[in-house]
Parts: sequence; structure tokens; C-alpha cells
Amino acid sequence: MILIVAEHGAQGLSKTTAEMVFAARAISTGTLIGILVLGHQVAAVATEASYLSSQVLVADRPELEHYDPELWTAAVSQIATEGDAEYIFVAGSRAGREYSARVATRVNAALLEDVIALDVVNDEVTAERYTYLSRVTEKIVAEAKPVVAIFKPGVFPIATPNAEAGEQFDVDLDLPVPRVRITDRSTARSVRIALEDAELVVSGGRGVGSAEGFTRYVEGLADQIGAAVGATRAIVDAGWRPYSEQVGQTGKTVQPQAYFAIGISGAIQHLSGMNKSKYIIAINKDAECPMIRTCDCGVIGNMDDIVPALIQALRK
Amino acid sequence: MRILTFVSQTLDAEEPVRLRDGAVDLSSSKLVIDTMDEYGVEEALRLREACAETEVIAVGVGATTMQDALRTALAMGADRAIHVLTEAPVDPVAVGSIVAEIAKEEKVDLIFAGGQQSSWDSQALGSVIAEKIGWPQVTWVSKLQLNGSTLTGVHDVDAGTETFEVNLPAVLTTQQGLNEPRYPTLPNIIKSRKKELRSELAERFKPSVKTRTAFASLQSKERLHRIIDGKDPGAAAGQLVEFLRNEAKVIA
Repeated sequence: MILIVAEHGAQGLSKTTAEMVFAARAISTGTLIGILVLGHQVAAVATEASYLSSQVLVADRPELEHYDPELWTAAVSQIATEGDAEYIFVAGSRAGREYSARVATRVNAALLEDVIALDVVNDEVTAERYTYLSRVTEKIVAEAKPVVAIFKPGVFPIATPNAEAGEQFDVDLDLPVPRVRITDRSTARSVRIALEDAELVVSGGRGVGSAEGFTRYVEGLADQIGAAVGATRAIVDAGWRPYSEQVGQTGKTVQPQAYFAIGISGAIQHLSGMNKSKYIIAINKDAECPMIRTCDCGVIGNMDDIVPALIQALRK
Repeated sequence: MRILTFVSQTLDAEEPVRLRDGAVDLSSSKLVIDTMDEYGVEEALRLREACAETEVIAVGVGATTMQDALRTALAMGADRAIHVLTEAPVDPVAVGSIVAEIAKEEKVDLIFAGGQQSSWDSQALGSVIAEKIGWPQVTWVSKLQLNGSTLTGVHDVDAGTETFEVNLPAVLTTQQGLNEPRYPTLPNIIKSRKKELRSELAERFKPSVKTRTAFASLQSKERLHRIIDGKDPGAAAGQLVEFLRNEAKVIA
């Protein structure tokens, strides 16, 4: 069995879930593909999942309302073991990358992190992934089964839904009591287009000068061209922007058609989150900074002059 | 209390990655302690400064060069270090299992590791250690406080941040923003030379390595490097729009 752990939120199943189904169909030679839905009040998500696979396993329990690494590890490991899963597919969100490593350890699996390509030839499982802050592509061979594969979001195509819904099964789980107590949650969601899905991204760094500068230049340009908004770690730390907009090693990885870097010098940690963009456009006053050296088209000059002129020119 | 802080060694961020025979070759590169792990060393030292009778042990797994990273941790202030020597390739699960074994032998109460090791771009280590030793974990911690045997703090999750509470023992992963790691001062560097740096052979822990790197290639995209002088903002904006509309064709 290929066990896919569904990732879902307020918008239903995530895009990465459908991407994992695509990858599973590509390597399956008649192997059963099962989708596991964990959560509370997940009937709609389970129905959505049933159009992607003939078998959907559903654990709908109040304890699963919020993600916890030990709960998810216990649930996924139990189902993988009972179903004798050869492959366990997990979406590469922060949470996914956290519990999947625990699952791999518990079920004694080979762990393939951040997978961007997956291939099975003569029963040998090979994956590709980026390493060294996304500067190297490595081919990794899994030398044991089961295999836990974590999928980098936005890389694989989306699976086409089936015409008919598959079967849904309720599963019993032995769940531990979470040992980490969460006393407060704060969501810092951007009201704009989701960064990961955007074709155009406008990001700002220290060079925009202030939170007001960010609003004027970065959001101003984003509004003009219908782009998502991103930020560097430095200005998220400074409190100018929410963490959900952070691009880079400890934030989101984006791969848009065009990435606009406004006042971003281009620390390697930031580059690792956006260096796969099709076109990189940089506006910076420092002609020698790494972002200008990495870009496809760079304008050297003062933010206060260039960005308003650009917005003006785009209106024409 | 005893704190284990994991240390890995990686390429200096300013250094280019070199390849030889389809594999990453670090033999002529400048290697440094991974900054993500450095936050863990710093946090361990701060906890020691706040609680009496706390010992900080830095642990690293890797080739002989790893000793330099461990010496850096000792110079920052760690009390002693353990180097698990292996020249053979390992993976994050194998490394995490070794660290968990050492944590058991040394009877530690708290383990720190970086949120992501930048050589493998792996986020697995903290989870593997926690699972192997059977402890709770909190990843991507950005604020931390210890009251008695309860840790409270803030960490990053997909949707934003969470305020958490967990009892010792626990595994925490660290990141930028948690603290500002100190630089080793000259007196501390001299003092660190007398500190214990014990070597162990990885074989003793019988690591089970289940993945193998078959091939590595440099990930580089040819960029156009078109540079526009912005002295005349109107003209520069015009050129950029021309590029976006007619050459890149990303804007209608």
C-alpha cells in the first residue's frame, strides 16, 4: 500500500495532497493507494479525498482537532503498520516535516525529505532533493522499505480526480495524550494570494526602510500586478511583516514565474527560498549585492524613485 | 541539570559548493558550526547561567574535522564535548539515533538541535532524537523560559505561532531569533583547550543507515543578468516594464 496522509485546512484538501496522489499513481503498479484523513469534523475533506483514491481511511476525533507531533506520529505509524504500507507520503509543511521523521524512526523506514522527484526502477526507490541551502540537487537511494517520503509543495502536478468516489472507512486509533500543552495560538495570515500558489511574488527586505515603506513599495507594486507578498527574515524579526509572509530557509519556498526582490540584498538563507523562480527581478541601490548578481533583470537605484516610477509605467 | 546541545558542521555560507566525481567535496572548503545549531549552544549556556549546577555537553557526529565545530562550542562556553567519529556516510535518522543513545548514557534532561541542518537541508534531527529517546519535542522555538522543570515559550508553526508549555525532559529545535549567539573570546578560547573533548567511534552505536546519496549536481540556473541604471527612474522603469512584458512575458 501507498499511504498518503491528507493535508487539509479551512480551504479543504491542500494542493500538495493532490500532488502526492499524482506521485503515488506514477509509481504504483497496481499497488493500492490509500489516503488517511486525520482531524475533527473532516467529513467534507474525506469526501473530497475519496475522489482521489478508491480507499480513504478516516479518523474523525475531537483529540485530532489540532495537530500535535506525537498524536500524528502514533496515528500514521499505526495505520502504516496495520496496512503494511510500503510507502508513506507526507506533505512537506512544517508539521509534515516534523512528524514524518518521527514516523520513519518508529516504523524503521528510510526517510526521503523534501522530495522533488521520485522514481522506482527494479524495486529501487530513488528520490531527488535540494541540499546545501538549495544549491545542490542530490539523488538519494532508499535502501530499505518502508519508505517515508516528504513531498516539497508545488513541485509535482496535481492528480486528476476520479469520476466516482472511492470508499471511506473509519479507523480506530490508539492515541497518546499530548505532552506539549499549547496555551495560545496566533495566526498571522496574510490576506493576499497564498505565496506558494502565486505566479508573481513581490518581496521586500530592509532596503524598503520601514513598515510604511513596505506598504508603499512592496504592497503597492503587488497590488498593481496582482502578486503575492513576501518578506525577508530580517523584516519579519523586526515586526514589519507577519511570519506567514517570510520567504527563505526558515520560511516558505516559492517558485513563481517572476520574483520581485525589492531592497533585498540576498542572504543565502533567503535565496534558498526563491532561487528556483523562473525570473528574478531585483531593485536595489547596491550594485554589488548577491541579489543583483543572481537576478535576470536588476535596476540599480533609489527605492523612492524607482518603485513609484515602475508602478506608474505599469499603469500605462 | 544536564543539557545536550547538538552541533553540526557545514560549509561557510560565503563559500561556493564544490563537487568532485558526482559528490559534494568539502575537503578544501571552510567549514563552520551550523548557525541553526549555534542558537542551541547559546540557549543552553543561558540556561546554565540562570540555574546552578547545570552542565552543557556539545555533541557532534562526523569526520575528524567535526572537532573544530566542537572546539567552537567549547570556546563559546560548553563544559565538555563528545565527538562521534565516522568517515562513512550517515543520514539524519542514523545521526539522531546516535545522539539519542548518548543522551541516555549521559542522563541529560534537555536536548537542543538546530531546526534545520544546512548541509542536508534536513529538518528531521530533532524529531528522530525525540522519538528514539521517547520524549516530547517542540520545533522552531523562538522564545524560551525554564521555571522549575517546566519549559514555556513560543514556537513557529505553519499557521503562525504557538505558546507552549512542556515538562522536562524534552527535545527542542532552535532557530534565528531565539537569541544572539556569543562570540568566543580569547580567554575562553584558551580555556577551552583544557576542556574535555571525548572521541567515540560511531560503530559502537551500530547506526543503521537506510539512505545513500547516489549523485550530486550543482543547482544553478543561468540568469540573464540584465542591469538597468536607475539614475533616470522613468526611463529605467520603462526598460523594466519592456523586459517584463515583451521578453519575460510575465505581465500582460
